[in-house]
Amino acid sequence: MSLKIVVLAKQVPDTRNVGKDAMTPEGTVNRQALPAIFNPEDLNALEMALEIKDRIPGTAITVVTMGPGRAAEIIRDSMFRGADRGVVLSDRKLAASDTLATSYAISQAVKKTGKFDIVFGGRQAIDGDTAQVGPQTAEKLEIPQITYAEELLDVNQNNITIKRRLERGVEVVKSAFPLLITVHSSAKPCRFYNAKRIMKYKHAFSQSEAQAMNLDTNLWKDFPYLKIEEWSAADVEAEDERIGLSGSPTKVKKIENVVLTQKENVQLEPTEENLNNLIKNLIDTHIIG
Amino acid sequence: MNNVFVYCEITEENHIADVSLELISKARKLANELKVKVEAVVVGNNVENLEESLYPYGVDIINYAEDKRLFPYQTLPHFSIVTKLIKEKEPQIALFGATSVGRDLAPRVASFLRCGLTADCTSLEIGNYEDKKEGKIIDNLLYQIRPAFGGNIIATIVNPNTRPQMATVREGVMKKEVYDSKHKGEINRLDVSKYVNDSDFCIEILERHIEQQKINIKGAQIIVCGGYGMASKPEGFKLLHELAEVLGGEVGATRAAVDAGMTEHERQVGQTGVTVRPKLYIGCGVSGAVQHRAGMQESSKIININTDVNAPLNTIADYTIIGDAFEVIPKLIQYYKKNSK
Repeated sequence: MSLKIVVLAKQVPDTRNVGKDAMTPEGTVNRQALPAIFNPEDLNALEMALEIKDRIPGTAITVVTMGPGRAAEIIRDSMFRGADRGVVLSDRKLAASDTLATSYAISQAVKKTGKFDIVFGGRQAIDGDTAQVGPQTAEKLEIPQITYAEELLDVNQNNITIKRRLERGVEVVKSAFPLLITVHSSAKPCRFYNAKRIMKYKHAFSQSEAQAMNLDTNLWKDFPYLKIEEWSAADVEAEDERIGLSGSPTKVKKIENVVLTQKENVQLEPTEENLNNLIKNLIDTHIIG
Repeated sequence: MNNVFVYCEITEENHIADVSLELISKARKLANELKVKVEAVVVGNNVENLEESLYPYGVDIINYAEDKRLFPYQTLPHFSIVTKLIKEKEPQIALFGATSVGRDLAPRVASFLRCGLTADCTSLEIGNYEDKKEGKIIDNLLYQIRPAFGGNIIATIVNPNTRPQMATVREGVMKKEVYDSKHKGEINRLDVSKYVNDSDFCIEILERHIEQQKINIKGAQIIVCGGYGMASKPEGFKLLHELAEVLGGEVGATRAAVDAGMTEHERQVGQTGVTVRPKLYIGCGVSGAVQHRAGMQESSKIININTDVNAPLNTIADYTIIGDAFEVIPKLIQYYKKNSK
C-alpha cells in the first residue's frame, strides 16, 4: 500500500526582501539583485506530502518545478527534506508564460511523471500572488481540487480528509483520488534537512548543471537517484502555440513605474507643541473627537 | 449581446456578499460605457428573492441556479454552471471577487475556457489596444490594472484575443454604489440538471465552521496602522490598540507586520488585504509600499509617524511626524485626552 504524490514547487525571487537595487534605472526587474528562494507555501505543500509518506510508508514523492536550470537548487533542497525524485521543466520556449500557459506546461509534465494519486502545490507564489496555477493545473488534469489546505486530518489508500482555511472559518472535506491540493501558509512549516539525506543527495545534479560545472554524468549509471531530470517542452509534448507568449492570453499593455503624486506634506518634529497643535487641529476640523 | 457578467457570492446569512455588490457597481459603469447589460450569476440554495438586493445596483439580468446541493460553495458544480452559462451567453467580461471562493473558481473557469485572468485588480477601465504584431487596434478592451512585482510597478493587462476577459477584485477595492433604487431587471432561471452532473459532487463536506466577521476595518472612520517597525517590540501593537481605542478607531497593519505574526490577517491593509477609505489614517512605522498604498491612498487625511524622512508613504501623507512611533504615540494619546475634554 502506497501513494504516488507530485509536489509542484517554484523558485521565486524573494520579493519580501526587495532592496533598493531590485529595479534597474530603466524600470525593469533586476533579478540578479534578488535572492532566489523556495516559494514559502510550496514548502508547506511539501511538508503535507511528507506527512503522508510518514503515515503510509512506500509513498513516493516527485517534485516538479518549472524555471531556469538553476531551479534544480530547490529540487535538491526537497530531496534533503524527504522527496524521492525531482524534475526541472526548463525551456526557453516557456519564457513569458502567463498562468494559463504555465498550468498547461506543468500539467503536461505531471502527466509524464506517471500515474499519480495527489498533486500538491502551495496556494500561491510570492512573486505573483495570483493563486491561479493550482486550480488551473487541476482543470488541465481534469481532476478535482481542494484549495487552502491547512491540515491533513486523515489519509488512506482510497481517500484523504483535509481541513481547509477560509476567510472566516474552516471546512473539513473528504475526497477520493486523484486530486490536486493547494496548501495554505497556515499549514505546518516544512521539516528541515535530514543529515543522512544530505549525505545521500548532495551530489545530485541536472544535465545543465553537469555542463556548467563539468560534472561526470557517468555517475548517474551507478547512482540513478542522483539525476535531477530536466525536461524540455518537447519532452512533455507541450504544443508550441499553448506555451510562452503565444500561449498566454494575457498581454501586458503597459508597465509604469510607480510615480507618487506629491501632496503638500508637512513635516513635523515630534515636539510637545507640534503634537499638541496637530491634535487640536484634528479635533477642531472634526476629523477626530 | 456580449454582456458583463458578475459571479455573485452568497453569504452564510443568504445575502449577496458585499464584494459582489461592489463588482456589480463597477460592472454597471463598464456596461454603460460598452452599451451592454449587466448580468448577475447567482448559484446557491434558496437564492430566489435576492432581486431586491441586486436590481438597485444596476443588474439587468439575474441568472439563478438553485439547488439545495449548491450551498455551501463547491468547486465543480459551480464551475460547471458558470462555464456552461458563459459558453451559452458569451459575455465579454466576467468578474469574480478575489475571495476564497472566487480565487478557487475563476482560475478553473479561465483554464477550461482558455481565457486570460488577472488576479487582484485594483482598477478596471475600458480602453483600446494596439496589437503591433497584427498591426491593428482593438477598441473597448478591459484594462486590468494591478501592482506587480513586489509593488515596484503598476501593470495594465489586456486580453485582446480571448473572451470573456476575466478579473478578480478584492473586497472593498470598488465602491458599492446604488445605481438607481427603482431599476428593475429580468430573471433567467436555469434548469440546474442541465448544468451539473452528479459526479460534480465528488468532494464531501464533512464539517463547516464559519464565524461571523469579528474584525471589520473596512468601515472604520479612523485607522491606526502599524508597519514592520511596530513589530520590533512585543508591545508595539498594544500601543496601536490603545491609540485606536481612545480615538474610536480600528487597528490596521501592513503585510509585513501581519506576516511577522503581530496581528490578525483581517487587519491587513492593501492590495492583498482590505481597502480602506477612513477620515483619518495614522501610519506608525509604515514605509508605504505601493501594495499598501493601493489600500489606503483614498483616506481623507493621512499622518505618518516615521523616523525615515524618505519613507514613500510621506509623499502622500498630509503630515509626517519625524520620530519614533513608540515615543510619539503615548504623547498623542496624552494630548488627545487633554484637548478632547
